[in-house]
Amino acid sequence: MTSVAVADLDRRSLIRQSARTSHRRRQILGIVGACLCGLALCIALLPLVSIVIFTISKGIGAWSVNFFTHIPTPAGIPGGGIVNAIVGSLIMDGLAAVMALPIGFVVALFLAEQGGRLASTVRFVVDVAAGLPAITIGLFAYAIVVLPEGHFSALSASVALAVLMLPITIRAGETAIRTVPQDLWEAGIALGIGRARVARSIIITSALPGLVTASLLAISRAIGEAAPLLFTAIGSQVFATSLGQPMASLSLVVYFDGIQPYPDIVRTAWGAALTLLVIVMLLNISARLLARRMRRFTR
Amino acid sequence: MRQPFSIATFCAGAAMLVLAACGSSSSPGTTSNSGNPSGTSDPDLSGPSASLTGAGSTFDQPFFTRAFYDYNQKNSGVTVTYASVGSGGGIAQFQAQTVNFGASDVPMKASEIAAAKGGTVLQVPVALGGVSISYNLYGVKGGLHLTGAVLAQIYLGQIKTWNDPAIAALNSGVTLPSQAITVIHRSDGSGTSYIFTDYLSTISPAWQSGPGTGKTVKWPVGLGGKGNEGVAGLVKQVSGSIGYVELAYALQNNFTYAAMQNAAGSYVEPNLTTVAADAAQKPNVSATDFSIVNQMGSDSYPISGYSWVLVYQTQTNTDNGTALVKVLDWLTHAGQISDAKPLDYVPLPANIQQLARTTLQMVVDSSGKKLLS
Amino acid sequence: MSVGDVTGGRDVRRPSRHIRLGDGAYRRVLQGFGLFVLAIFVAVGGVLFIQAWPAFRHSGAGFVTGTNWDPSRAIYGAIPFIVGTLITSAIGLVLAIPIGIGAAIFLAEYAPRRISGALGMLVELLAAVPSVVYGLWGFLVLGPIFQNTIEPHINFLPVAHGPPLPVGVLLAGLILAIMVLPTITAVTRDLANAVPATSREAVYGLGGTRWQMIRTAVLPAIRVGVVGAVVLGLGRALGETMAVTFVIGNTNAIPNSLIAPGQTMASLIANEFTEATEPFHASALLGIAVLLLVVAVIVNVFARLLVWSVSREVRETV
Repeated sequence: MTSVAVADLDRRSLIRQSARTSHRRRQILGIVGACLCGLALCIALLPLVSIVIFTISKGIGAWSVNFFTHIPTPAGIPGGGIVNAIVGSLIMDGLAAVMALPIGFVVALFLAEQGGRLASTVRFVVDVAAGLPAITIGLFAYAIVVLPEGHFSALSASVALAVLMLPITIRAGETAIRTVPQDLWEAGIALGIGRARVARSIIITSALPGLVTASLLAISRAIGEAAPLLFTAIGSQVFATSLGQPMASLSLVVYFDGIQPYPDIVRTAWGAALTLLVIVMLLNISARLLARRMRRFTR
Repeated sequence: MRQPFSIATFCAGAAMLVLAACGSSSSPGTTSNSGNPSGTSDPDLSGPSASLTGAGSTFDQPFFTRAFYDYNQKNSGVTVTYASVGSGGGIAQFQAQTVNFGASDVPMKASEIAAAKGGTVLQVPVALGGVSISYNLYGVKGGLHLTGAVLAQIYLGQIKTWNDPAIAALNSGVTLPSQAITVIHRSDGSGTSYIFTDYLSTISPAWQSGPGTGKTVKWPVGLGGKGNEGVAGLVKQVSGSIGYVELAYALQNNFTYAAMQNAAGSYVEPNLTTVAADAAQKPNVSATDFSIVNQMGSDSYPISGYSWVLVYQTQTNTDNGTALVKVLDWLTHAGQISDAKPLDYVPLPANIQQLARTTLQMVVDSSGKKLLS
Repeated sequence: MSVGDVTGGRDVRRPSRHIRLGDGAYRRVLQGFGLFVLAIFVAVGGVLFIQAWPAFRHSGAGFVTGTNWDPSRAIYGAIPFIVGTLITSAIGLVLAIPIGIGAAIFLAEYAPRRISGALGMLVELLAAVPSVVYGLWGFLVLGPIFQNTIEPHINFLPVAHGPPLPVGVLLAGLILAIMVLPTITAVTRDLANAVPATSREAVYGLGGTRWQMIRTAVLPAIRVGVVGAVVLGLGRALGETMAVTFVIGNTNAIPNSLIAPGQTMASLIANEFTEATEPFHASALLGIAVLLLVVAVIVNVFARLLVWSVSREVRETV
């Protein structure tokens, strides 16, 4: 063999040798990296597991027939419940949904259908508004409803919640409407139906699952909020259904009762937290399942 | 177009159903509706039905919630809802007329009265209680000796550990841990804070020129809790903490609290006798001269105070106004024995009860007719 | 069969007049709603600013530079709360970013598809938990753990000196991290999944391991989007009220240590607003709200611009 051939052989075996060790090192690095990422995932899931376990274990003890049918009793007196908070949450959230959902979906239609500077501006502002702190929106509702009226009210809380729900509704609604294929639009218009009719009969009906998903997500966000209610509905110890009066809510019960020293009241807070958690999880999981079904339809 | 609305409709409908189920009974949750008791002779227990709201002092909250609940059992036509949001909040809501009455441990100032929308304000003394200095210290029993000066230094952040020589000097038989002191104060506007800071200002010039007296002061150190309940909650949670809470909270939560040195030099713990002794030293209180902290007398507990209910002199709704004055009259008389005393609020002295009654007798309806006989 | 038979003789190339008018009105109505919603959000800022103006005029520049918040003397300086907000949010992000990105990479690259979907949904469910429940859990469960087992061991650090408490800036930051995690994880995972197969295959072709592929093909490609997600998370952390109020300690002072109590802008408002009867107090709190709003808007605008720039890039490379 010539010296060149020998050198080639040596070089090649050197390269193979270094490739093997480097490969092993890179493999080990890769395993370390994968483990770290897996660890990160476990750490990320740990709080959820902890919250669910603790809320269930501490809150289930509060659940009873009384809990869901009676109003609160003073500390030390048994038999109290949170029916006023449950009904209050339903009323305020329901009213907020009635106010926000129609407006939100019309704007979603506007954004999905029309281009132009106004649409882009609105889309941008709505995206930014999605990140506005809930407490500032509560103060806004305080300034425009509570101050002029002169009293705290469930109505002002509903206004705050409605403003809070708008960005989610508009964004998710626009996504839902955009999934309707362009052909349906054009088919409708080609038939000579006016755009309004096309929107109403064809688009909205097709986008329905998406719109329902958007509604569920918005409601789930609103029902868990307490900050905007602090200066609008401020909470209540009695069964209130009038919109012009302060009203209790599940979220406020968790806050006001959670900082108390009395164990039975703290247990009520856990019970309310569990109720909230169950409601929110149900709404969210339904929304996601619906979204998944919707995605399968459009594919 | 139907389903998005149907969610909202469902919620509204569900709410209606629950309303129908629960709203039919007059006060859901009470086990017995006694109706108008015929055999009772207390005129305060009969009268027009009303649903009243009040807000304010957390100092009164244990007393009020029991008392109003009790009152409703005896006279089911009248329900009183009390929101314990702190004296400051109570005054604010009363000024805005969002509630029928306010409750504050410190009477309204002239400027606050001027800002009240409903006209002339009457201030009725309704409770007399002591502010306990509670602490959470493992291994240390109740009755730790503290002076006002030492307490002020603790709250100023000058004394930082429990085994500080200043505290040890007052408690020769007690082993104090070297734990750091976690000071707990109010994060909201509080009449209890007023009574407490009033006391500290009386004793300590450094406190007076610094944070001073008030419902809201700038606390040099410490964690803030919302309401007497929040402070009690933190005292319970934080080992090594010290906080000021109305006596009822300390008793209900089995706190250990300090024996404060009074003006006569003796160390006294707050209880019915000592708070009453302090109040007895200053019999003639009024809404403009109401402070009773640090009175003389060997039995007096120095951090005591009255609590006041605020009502408008002219009640535009006659039924509500009548029910209101009757409830308050009951609260300041029969209610003191049935509900205040068991919670260790000192029953109002006779002359203060008289002051309460004469003040309530000044309440009139829109035509000028007196509502309390 | 001619067109005329189907359309009844009408010329359908031009829609009938009432439909045309309907179209115009329809458009205008939609635009009107758009403008209305725009007006609402602008009004939020405007109304708050008007309400806060008396305090701004009273305190002047001292409002944002003053370190003293003393309502009883009508002195309003917001620095303690700005610092409190920044510290808690910073702690939150520092903790959430590595965990969130790591978890997302695992979900996108390592986990089998079905598990990835299920676990991903679990992480996103974290985002659905109401903040009051976070606060309750933080105060009653995490707080004592912090006080009894964690804080005594980090006490020796000068940056974490002080008595162990179940409340404080570090605890609040930790809770914020948990709340911000789902946002970062979800966006990072989606972005990682969107990295085209060609980039990945290129690395494999050169003999790279899977980890090298992630480091060289995936991470650089999603960098900008991840930053956008982080900034979005920052926006959420800055405005968070209820969870923070439970565990921050409500002390109106600049925290002098990681385990000291403090106050954020949002928790200050929650604590003091309902009985702000001192002169200018309510107005000053509204001023704090305006500050919070301005910061949140700036952060969110930045985040949106980042996300938009990313989506444009993705569109270009696909």
